[in-house]
Amino acid sequence: MLDWSPIILTLQLALITTVILLVISIPLAYWMANTKSRIKSIIEAIVSLPLVLPPTVLGFYLLIAFSPESAIGSFLNDVFGLKLAFSFSGLVIGSIIYSLPFMVQPLQAGFSSLPSSLSEASFVLGKSKYQTITKVLIPNIKKSILTGIVLTFAHTVGEFGVVLMIGGNIPNQTKVVSIAIYDEVESLNYSNAHVYSGILLAVTFAILLLVYINNNRSNKFSR
Amino acid sequence: MIEIDIHKRLLSATGDFNLKVSCRINEGQFVSIFGSSGAGKTTILRLIAGLTQQNSGSISVNNNKWFDSTNKINLNPQKRKVGFVFQDYTLFPNMTVKKNLEFALNKGQSKDFINELIETMELTDLQNRKPETLSGGQKQRVALARALVQKPSILLLDEPLSALDGEMRNKLQDYILKVHKKYNLTTFLVSHDISEVFKLSDYVIKLENGSILQQGTPEELFLGKITTGKYTTIGTVLSIQPSDVINIVSVLSNNNIIQVIATNEEVVNLSEGDKVTITSKAFNPIIQKI
Repeated sequence: MLDWSPIILTLQLALITTVILLVISIPLAYWMANTKSRIKSIIEAIVSLPLVLPPTVLGFYLLIAFSPESAIGSFLNDVFGLKLAFSFSGLVIGSIIYSLPFMVQPLQAGFSSLPSSLSEASFVLGKSKYQTITKVLIPNIKKSILTGIVLTFAHTVGEFGVVLMIGGNIPNQTKVVSIAIYDEVESLNYSNAHVYSGILLAVTFAILLLVYINNNRSNKFSR
Repeated sequence: MIEIDIHKRLLSATGDFNLKVSCRINEGQFVSIFGSSGAGKTTILRLIAGLTQQNSGSISVNNNKWFDSTNKINLNPQKRKVGFVFQDYTLFPNMTVKKNLEFALNKGQSKDFINELIETMELTDLQNRKPETLSGGQKQRVALARALVQKPSILLLDEPLSALDGEMRNKLQDYILKVHKKYNLTTFLVSHDISEVFKLSDYVIKLENGSILQQGTPEELFLGKITTGKYTTIGTVLSIQPSDVINIVSVLSNNNIIQVIATNEEVVNLSEGDKVTITSKAFNPIIQKI
């Protein structure tokens, strides 16, 4: 009998990560698309790091940071009672960092594609930055937002190295599908590994297909 | 009274230059900022609207300081309450014509004025359409209406008609004049089209490389001394046809083609596309009541 809990856990992790990342990334991407600040390049490099860094490196540093022995880990534990190493909350934080570029980059590209006069027109009409972003800019970059959501979700579903390093393999806590597959193969349980792998393949393919169908539809601002 | 004293360092393709402009404009005037491209015309509008920051100087409107570098006053664009019409219309693509106007409403402002604007600008049939389905002239009417929703006292027009063809331009010029008078606006128009400036404005600021070359009424600037008893219009030379010992010059002026007889000496420096003035003695034109 197949254990469905890794699949449910994976979907939960991907959903929570995507929602939190969307909230964080909209202001961050807006800032990055509009700022002339010198630290922009530094922030851009940090945001993009997870694209090139081996997940084990990120996982290793996070594990060190989350450990109750470290300053951050002991602070979180003492003040908030948060134990991040080998826990679901730790996985969420790891996933947020790991999938950050997949959300920020499409949104930043979306904001940059809008002519600056669109915001200026809203400003001279007396509208605040917040009103301008929510009522004018966001509705005109819906495609970029959908791309960001879908890529983040898919990338979190496919995460392995970071989860293994900071989450381990605790059923119902940190045992996501990718870990479960690894576990089943280790114990030579190929039929379960097939089912899990098949599901992941189908889900991620469907998600990517959605992105490309959406991208190929005509866009008002893509010239 | 609007007092402008601006100083801004500008970067351009041909090198840096200083934009230095100071002038006093009376309420209700229609001011054209005229000059070749790259002279800093648009920047003046952006400085008045607060979209670009100037280096030093001051801008005050009816004794309210909008910008003052010595006292570190700088109102943001939201607080300046100007109507701004951009060259590329900048309608919000996600909203219908009516929603574009409604977005501009102040908090608590009644929607009645929007209906009035829709009527004035003849947008009734278009109000539920999205901007992408409109023609250039229609978009510009919507942009003009949207700029007026908050009942600003100052209207800034950044080459609003440069993308439109002749007939459409004429029509929109009439709309602009209409709202300028109807809503008692002080209007600043950026333009490099003499006939447009001549038709619309009662004060012209001629700009070159960031400095005021001349300012005054359009007649003073473009026609030299005012000569009474003469009728003058501005147009573009369409063709010059030699005919026996004289030439027939066809000139396009306000959508009319006027044919003028000119001697060989008079056409020596003329070529097709030149801007010209046509002056006629007052006893010549025929006046009829319409």
